[in-house]
Amino acid sequence: MSATHSEVPTLHGMMAEFADERSLIAGIERAKADGFTDMEAYTPVPSHDVIHALGVKNRFAALVFCGGLLGSCAGFALQYMVSVELYPVNIGGRPLNSWPAFIVIVFECTILFAALTAVIGMLFLNGLPQPYHPVFNVPQFARASQDRYFLVVHASDPKFDARTTRERLAAAGPLSVAEVQN
Amino acid sequence: MSANTPHTSGGHDGHGATPAVEQRYPVIGPGLTVESMTAKISSLVLTREIDRGWFLLLSIAGMGVMMLGVSIGWLLLRGVGIWGINEPVAWGFDIINFVWWIGIGHAGTLISAILLLLRQEWRTSINRFSEAMTLFAVMCAGMFPLFHLGRPWLGFWLFPLPNTMSMWPQFRSPLMWDVFAVSTYATVSALFWYVGLIPDFATLRDRAQNKVGKVILGMAAMGWRGATQHWARYEVAYLLLAGLATPLVVSVHTVVSFDFAVGVIPGWHATIMPPYFVAGAVYSGFAMVLTLLLPTRAAYKLHDFVTQRHIDNMGKVMLATGLIVAYGYAMELFFGWYAGSTAEGFMVQNRLFGAASTSYYALIFCNILTPQLLWFSAVRRNLLLMFGISIVVNIGMWLERYVIVVTCLERDFLPSSWGDFHPTIWDWSLFLGTISFFLFMMLLFIRFIPMMPIFEMHALLPKSQSHARLARGGQAGETLQAHTH
Repeated sequence: MSATHSEVPTLHGMMAEFADERSLIAGIERAKADGFTDMEAYTPVPSHDVIHALGVKNRFAALVFCGGLLGSCAGFALQYMVSVELYPVNIGGRPLNSWPAFIVIVFECTILFAALTAVIGMLFLNGLPQPYHPVFNVPQFARASQDRYFLVVHASDPKFDARTTRERLAAAGPLSVAEVQN
Repeated sequence: MSANTPHTSGGHDGHGATPAVEQRYPVIGPGLTVESMTAKISSLVLTREIDRGWFLLLSIAGMGVMMLGVSIGWLLLRGVGIWGINEPVAWGFDIINFVWWIGIGHAGTLISAILLLLRQEWRTSINRFSEAMTLFAVMCAGMFPLFHLGRPWLGFWLFPLPNTMSMWPQFRSPLMWDVFAVSTYATVSALFWYVGLIPDFATLRDRAQNKVGKVILGMAAMGWRGATQHWARYEVAYLLLAGLATPLVVSVHTVVSFDFAVGVIPGWHATIMPPYFVAGAVYSGFAMVLTLLLPTRAAYKLHDFVTQRHIDNMGKVMLATGLIVAYGYAMELFFGWYAGSTAEGFMVQNRLFGAASTSYYALIFCNILTPQLLWFSAVRRNLLLMFGISIVVNIGMWLERYVIVVTCLERDFLPSSWGDFHPTIWDWSLFLGTISFFLFMMLLFIRFIPMMPIFEMHALLPKSQSHARLARGGQAGETLQAHTH
């Protein structure tokens, strides 16, 4: 597939296709040994070993925790404002800030905000939805969602050079190596 | 790197069963490979012809949906007086059906979230199916309180929105808690379901043959490409959603039970209500999963994915939750006597010997006696019997809510305020209409959405595959199709 841009297509990176997770990890280790740092792997299933091999870390859980905390505060603030300030109803002289009765909604708001943070945050940080990405220009990549494992060394890597990178990746014994056009 | 054993390196899998059980009832059929499994599940959506049986069922359910439309239309024109509700039984079928549907939905969340956290790997193949069930059940449930409002177009008054009357909702009321619990539940269930679907939509997108399918599935997948960075966040998000959905599902039916327990009506005002409602919800939900899954499994030949092990396990969960429910009934009777309150004592007497006692005995038969058959593994292996029991439990759980709502309201403290409830044809048509709507949505679901999580199912395979792979020496360059046993 060729890029449809009118300007000269630039390279996104070099892609190697592997048959299984183990050969992909071997490929990653080899590429790291070759000094490449700017890489991404594509797998049909989440793999802890691949995540570990690439050294991917995130503090996503902390974000979700903050979302939940915000939800608790918002839930309580809403009920306090409504019950004490905006619409106080005196029922037999009972306290207006009857916090035990507010627990349920505080809890539900916590869950709601945390869940929304988890999903929207995951999509946003992953840059999804994304209608176009260069990796899809490689025909073999259609199997990345099924049973093949891919490693892409990005063109932005300081050690990247189209010819030598291709050779380096081919040395890892992949099924195929392809240029990824932008 | 540790060899190809992702199940020991902290993936989704766990070791829920002893090797003996594993051997007797495998979680997944033998001889499946990544390729054949992906092909089978996605072909159900992508390449299957529209078969006659499916179309016939969809048409019948579609007629039921029209009946639902007529029932709602007439209701909006004439008001809630077309139902059998009255004073004192102001909560008739609406609340019975609301509680029933919400309860059915709970099994979906239990299977998708709680069993995920408990590392019960067998849940994977029935996960998506039961989550879909949750969503549609919550839709059905939501209709009832909305239309019970009488003027459903003013339903937004339930939400804390600034308005020209300067009125605000009463946050100390369980009915208000219900609004928050159920809407949160619907939102989180939908999110959980969709997040699980994203990688599968990507798989389908890449397998789709026709252009239209590719575009639609491509949009649904949102450009998912399986990058490791993405998977890392995805896994955290999915696990956290499961962790959030777990207390949520318990809270939702607890809040539903508060609708009763916070009231003063004899038979409602009891602390046993929350645990007993939650157990009942799971009980009826598992029954509904079986009711729907057994015919689907037979029709689409899913015996490799939904094995005897699933049916056996679901039978056991039903037995366990059924016993908790039985304990709840026993405690209701005990406290009717022990509380020493005239009204509570009379409630029990009325239930056992009063005019409405038939429904109580039918309930005992459906919910307590019938499920005792599940003690026998021969029964749990008999698909026809399991299907029958699941239907009986569904009916029994509906009767439970009928007994709680109607018989308690019919006879409260003052004999002068007693009354009787007789459902009208519109009560029944709305109820049957929601059942049709539910089946209609389920039929659309099994046709247009992969009914099993493809990428999660991969995790079930390595156990059998790693042997083959190790035996071959695991060279790169071989296709996975070569994995045969």
